[in-house]
Amino acid sequence: MTEENKITPLHETHKAHGASFVGFAGFLMPVKYKGVISEIEAVRQRAGLFDVCHMGQIELTGSGALKAANYLLSNDVLKVAEGQCQYTFACNVSGGVLDDIVLYRFSDERVLLCVNAINTEKIYTWAVDVLDNKGFSDTVKITDLSENYAQLALQGPYAEKILEKLMPAVVKSLRYYRFTELELYGDTAIVSRTGYTGEDGFEIYLDPENAVKLWQDLMEAGEEFALEPCGLGARDTLRLEAGLPLYGFELSEELTPIEAGLKRFVSFTKGEFAGSDVLERQKEKGVEKILIAIEMKERGIPRAGYELYAGDEKAGHVTSGTFSPTLDKAIALAYVSSRHKDEKSFFIDIRGKMREAAKVVAPFYKREKNAKAAAL
Amino acid sequence: MDFPGDLKYTKEHEWVKEGDDNTVVIGITDYAQDSLGDVVYVELPQEGATLTKDEPFGVVESVKAVSDLYAPLSGTVVEVNDAIIDSPESINEEPYGDAWLLKVELSSTDELNGLINAEEYKAFTEEEK
Repeated sequence: MTEENKITPLHETHKAHGASFVGFAGFLMPVKYKGVISEIEAVRQRAGLFDVCHMGQIELTGSGALKAANYLLSNDVLKVAEGQCQYTFACNVSGGVLDDIVLYRFSDERVLLCVNAINTEKIYTWAVDVLDNKGFSDTVKITDLSENYAQLALQGPYAEKILEKLMPAVVKSLRYYRFTELELYGDTAIVSRTGYTGEDGFEIYLDPENAVKLWQDLMEAGEEFALEPCGLGARDTLRLEAGLPLYGFELSEELTPIEAGLKRFVSFTKGEFAGSDVLERQKEKGVEKILIAIEMKERGIPRAGYELYAGDEKAGHVTSGTFSPTLDKAIALAYVSSRHKDEKSFFIDIRGKMREAAKVVAPFYKREKNAKAAAL
Repeated sequence: MDFPGDLKYTKEHEWVKEGDDNTVVIGITDYAQDSLGDVVYVELPQEGATLTKDEPFGVVESVKAVSDLYAPLSGTVVEVNDAIIDSPESINEEPYGDAWLLKVELSSTDELNGLINAEEYKAFTEEEK
């Protein structure tokens, strides 16, 4: 156990559930409870509950909040309404990704950014600096609220039914990527229909003092749906099955959203923003490498760092790979040189053996809209 | 956690069962399968392959992790448990039973003396935690 890791308000609760822990981005987080496969199955067929208190929250307030957000971030904040979330990027001057972020637009004068734990401090410092240099400081206040919020994610086809028991007034009418504020245990909480699993689900931001209470209430409300606590192990495979990128793997300061195939979250119409020059140029002239999805045709599991070959030629490398219990096959995301982007077949060097993989269209797993949850 | 007394162990979390004619059966321990989590993939050498003590001879993978298997002893593989290739999850269910990995003919029985017994292995796993 690493001493410098922070623990979340739910640490003792996880221990009581029999969790094993892993250090992640400076936090000691539950990696699994019952087992990764059982947890993945719970989320795909019923529901799973995740402690995501490690995530950071940074708020922009003041009359210039929207303009500031539009300078800091790649997507156009004016395209979403109040009460709506938006997936977006913070990029450096080279267009490289500083973080991938979910933005919450509260009003013209308030925007909340949900950032990756590993990047919270970096993004805060960077944003303060950019806002200073660009003359936003007089009209915008930036605050790191990470210590003020606990965050839980309830994911899976039964998530709505479970959360409805606790928040009957808000849950049904809350559409995908929308959020609302509500009173919970006497304090203001935020609930959004968002997540990182490829399933329907919700994320709840609340006072850390109420985190254990909410966890317990959700577990109780979820009992009839066989709700399971889930750890980072399941979360990582669920997001990969859903083709979602993870910062530090598919995204980094050396890679742009265009290279990651996430151009649709970059606005080319809103005017200048951090990194826009390079992104604009890449959009016009193309990129040298591109993220692709592959599945194994032969035995073996591709893992981060394994090399990809097109024929005899080295074509790129795997950024995330796993065995997918949902699809019963091995899957991966990989960067390849753009000249290989139309290849259908690759070989992956798995511990010195060349194993065949086929390029596929991401996501590997897509939930059926309005699908019935599994019978209990 | 199970530590059967009739087996020998290594600090790389393999077990060894002595058989007749200089042969041993090897597998991974209950502690190893529990630390790994759900096993989804196993790669083993073929019959006739040579094992060298302390050298990697195969891998087991869980959903998230890859672990090398280290030869507890030197010798020649005389039988491979092909069944676990198709159902690697049996390693989680019966690490000391149906989910044995290899039957090996030893090049020297002297190496058996370097293995630890159940009590020593149990103490070792407790230190590792």
